[in-house]
Amino acid sequence: MWRKRGLRESLLASMLIIPVHATAADETAIALADGPGRDQVQAACSMCHSLDYIVMNSPIQDQAGWDKTVKKMVTVFGAPLTAEESSAIVAYLARHYGK
Amino acid sequence: MDRRRFIHSSAATAAGLAIPHRLLAVDSELPAGAVASSVLDALPGKRPLIKRTFRPPNYETPVALFRDPFTANDAFYVRWHMGVPDLTLAKWRLRVSGAAAKAAREYPLTELQRRFPLHEVAAVNQCSGNRRGLFDPHVPGVQWGYGAMGNAAWRGVRLKDVLDDAGLAASAVEVTANGADAPTLTGPDFVKSLPMWKALDADTLIAFEMNGEPLSRWHGFPARLVVPGWTATYWVKALTELAVLDKPFDGFWMKTAYRVPKNVFGPSRFESQDSEQNSPITAIRVNSLIIDPPPDATLAPRKRVELLGIAWDGGSGIRSVEASIDGGATWREASLDRDLGRYSWRHWRFRFEAPQSGSITLMARARANDGSTQVDALIANPAGYHHNVVQKAEYRVA
Repeated sequence: MWRKRGLRESLLASMLIIPVHATAADETAIALADGPGRDQVQAACSMCHSLDYIVMNSPIQDQAGWDKTVKKMVTVFGAPLTAEESSAIVAYLARHYGK
Repeated sequence: MDRRRFIHSSAATAAGLAIPHRLLAVDSELPAGAVASSVLDALPGKRPLIKRTFRPPNYETPVALFRDPFTANDAFYVRWHMGVPDLTLAKWRLRVSGAAAKAAREYPLTELQRRFPLHEVAAVNQCSGNRRGLFDPHVPGVQWGYGAMGNAAWRGVRLKDVLDDAGLAASAVEVTANGADAPTLTGPDFVKSLPMWKALDADTLIAFEMNGEPLSRWHGFPARLVVPGWTATYWVKALTELAVLDKPFDGFWMKTAYRVPKNVFGPSRFESQDSEQNSPITAIRVNSLIIDPPPDATLAPRKRVELLGIAWDGGSGIRSVEASIDGGATWREASLDRDLGRYSWRHWRFRFEAPQSGSITLMARARANDGSTQVDALIANPAGYHHNVVQKAEYRVA
């Protein structure tokens, strides 16, 4: 019984939704801040996820926080990074997306 | 329509497009980068939702859509840890095995539907990290606002019936659930476990329908776990494997992720996964949300307002909702709408009159049948879970 009402009300709700001026949104349009390390960040992080994860999580973490995040990506999720690559990535993230 | 909402995207800014952006009350609490990187975007088959991340897709439902008793399937939030599987029914099988299963079994969907009684339950599905973006100080993770949740009628077969068909050994301690999603690199596969009492609960389902329609790919086609009362991390989507274990499961997504400090939020009721320091997040904490008028609305002087909200908990059901128009000095009971079941959310209404001028602050506090109530101050925890602070909605009067 409530299912019927749910569907009817859902229909009503759908008519209340205003048309959205679509931004042709997709992850390729995400632009990270220019600076040393950006290319490495883009190549490494986008292997598994879109780069909005970085922007979204800012400004939250300081250098130690980003270091912890990058270490987790390497040790838990298997990001194939050398220690030098990791530190360049952490430096970039802390500089442009740090708190 | 005063609810018109544009969230500017970094993409639009980069392209030099001027996208009008109106801040919502919630946006002032989210990290600046989370507001900047969010955009209204429609996944195929879905209506525009608040995109938090594109890949994997994490999309949040705008609060205005919580007016309905059940959240429409195309409006329901989307949350994945890894790539979204694209399964075909002809090839799909649910496999049941494990050290504490008496026999291994394999079921095509039609056999599950034919062999076991169908059961339906109305239940809130809420991401463990719902409202993480409102944590102060902020913690890393998907920066959700209020909308990583929804309410639906879930239909399927009981997990218990399927496990009984395979046969449970006396040594059974946990049941693991694995979906078809897989890590990109070498990371741990997303596998969750349940204690036997929850796995055998009559309302814990292997569901294949949501609000009367087959599950879409975004919500776990063709079958997912439905674990009413517990946060959505256990509601494994695109389910393919169940295993009955004779010892606690030690995967990353149980032992390391989705943990809360021990005994801060009450007992986990999942002792086999408790450690000295922490516990797995389990039951949803009692909570409420103001839907309409939205907290950034302007009210007319002396206008009589009916506030609409929802309240829900981990399955004891909502006993009452109280609201205050004087900053919490006095409280008055809201009226509750129909009860759709103890795992469902429940709508409530509260009538008040706007003052002649200035502003008015509304507060709402839900109490569950188990006696629990919302907290006045945030309980900090590293992963940003269980935000159920009493909401304060400020309305301008003009």
